[in-house]
Amino acid sequence: MARATSTRRKALTTLAAWTVALVIFFPVLWMILTSFKTEVSAVASPPELLGASWTVENYAEVWQRSDYPRFFWNSVVISIGSTLLGLAIAIPAAWSMAFVPGRKTKDLLMWMLSTKMMPAVGVLIPMYLLFQRLGLFDTKIGLVLALMLMNLPIIVWMLYTYFKEIPGEILEAARMDGAALWNEILYVLTPMALPGIASTLLLNVILAWNEAFWTITLTTTKAAPLSAFIASFSAPQGLFYAKLSAASTMAIAPILILGWFSQKQLVRGLTFGAVK
Amino acid sequence: MSTHSSRIAARVMVAPSVALLLIWMIVPLFMTLYYSFRVYRLLSPERNGWAGIRNYRWFVESPDFWLAMGNTLALVGGVLVITVVLGTLIALLIDQPVWGQGVLRILVIAPFFVMPPVAASILENLFMHPQNGLFAAVSIGLGYEPILYLQDYPMWSVIAIVSWEWLPFATLILLTALQSLSSEQLEAAEMDGASAFSRFRYIILPHMMRSITVVILIQTIFLLGIFGEIYTTTQGGPGSASTTLPYMIFKQAIVAKDIGHAAAGGIIAVILANIVAFFLMRGIGKHLDT
Repeated sequence: MARATSTRRKALTTLAAWTVALVIFFPVLWMILTSFKTEVSAVASPPELLGASWTVENYAEVWQRSDYPRFFWNSVVISIGSTLLGLAIAIPAAWSMAFVPGRKTKDLLMWMLSTKMMPAVGVLIPMYLLFQRLGLFDTKIGLVLALMLMNLPIIVWMLYTYFKEIPGEILEAARMDGAALWNEILYVLTPMALPGIASTLLLNVILAWNEAFWTITLTTTKAAPLSAFIASFSAPQGLFYAKLSAASTMAIAPILILGWFSQKQLVRGLTFGAVK
Repeated sequence: MSTHSSRIAARVMVAPSVALLLIWMIVPLFMTLYYSFRVYRLLSPERNGWAGIRNYRWFVESPDFWLAMGNTLALVGGVLVITVVLGTLIALLIDQPVWGQGVLRILVIAPFFVMPPVAASILENLFMHPQNGLFAAVSIGLGYEPILYLQDYPMWSVIAIVSWEWLPFATLILLTALQSLSSEQLEAAEMDGASAFSRFRYIILPHMMRSITVVILIQTIFLLGIFGEIYTTTQGGPGSASTTLPYMIFKQAIVAKDIGHAAAGGIIAVILANIVAFFLMRGIGKHLDT
């Protein structure tokens, strides 16, 4: 908004806005601060800030636990694997729905969206039993499949809204020049669609990384990612605040950084293109 | 202007997505439906047979059921009210010209990227814990007894945690909507002497209605499935005080290994979700064509 505002008013709104922002961000900030305190300092009452004893030991200790790197690696494999697999299946579908729409395309899209509304608990039991029987329980492959299916509608939808913005005339021209279908996709469409595909990739890696239903119910230890690890942290560990904070900070840091790059795409992706 | 062959190719390319989603929808759903009429406990598999509608009656007549329904409603309703109201206010605030807007937005959006178990366990332990939490320290500092948040107000605690996670989403979408509002209209209203409240009531709010609808629709989908936060903090307790419908089904299936009863609950959840989804789809469908 290009309204003229006095410096005083701007100073006041700045103060108010920053106060609100810091209150919202405070739990994350406090977690990061706690992760650098010693365990004794972390639970001190009243809470210590300036007089706290600081250390980086917690990070070293959490990382040296026999299993933390495995949980981290599981998160990486599962979130990236499920997203790439989802993209491989969704790109052709979104392409054809955007450029060769049929009479039923809109219904099909709405139906895909409706599968997102099926509550996960409704299919929990068969998934649990099937995974046990097929040997997929507590495996990375199993979680890659489950999370891919969970996010497939969002991936198709996001790609569809991006592809829709590519002018169809360009494809017509390529076709006139005698480009084969696959060449058309590979050399004409893909470069133009790359930003959309990248955004879709980013958002779905975030969603898969943070997923906390299938990762908890379909794993025990071997394939459990960070979300399942943190969810069960306090039970056997006792209350180690500083280590919990260090483990948590490492668990969210990659996503926080990716997330800050994808604010715009987030709005568009999660609203199925309804808000741009 | 598409050729016949490209139309066929298009169908072939859609097929894998449709087939996968169809299998993902239909197969487990029918299995759940089948088990919902069976006696089936993983711990005593020798006792099995048809249960008729006994599983459903057991589930609905269980005292936890109505509690869980109420809790689910409280969670979805509570979080929606908090995030939409606060989200609107915060969006209005940070849409003003302020210093450091970029960093400000980064701070406000951050909670959305915190995975549910981390959000839950940090707020539970570092903030709400009756001995070591920051809130307890504040209470003691002011001369009050610490509040046993998870013990005495489990559902409110869960609502607070989930609201913190979803507030950035609502704020971000409402902010996006605000930024597309033309400033001329507001300036004209201001010159005509319209008060700040009536400018909000008659210009800003109508402009934001569509985005508020979208926020409500999308959040409802996600909020109906809230699980990780409850699993990490209260485990549905104390007793069943913070058990929602999804959590009740999870307990029956995975903890009690009672497939038959849990499956009946699953089908009830699917039916309820479909009723909600019907209204949601109509809402989103309306926005789709614009």
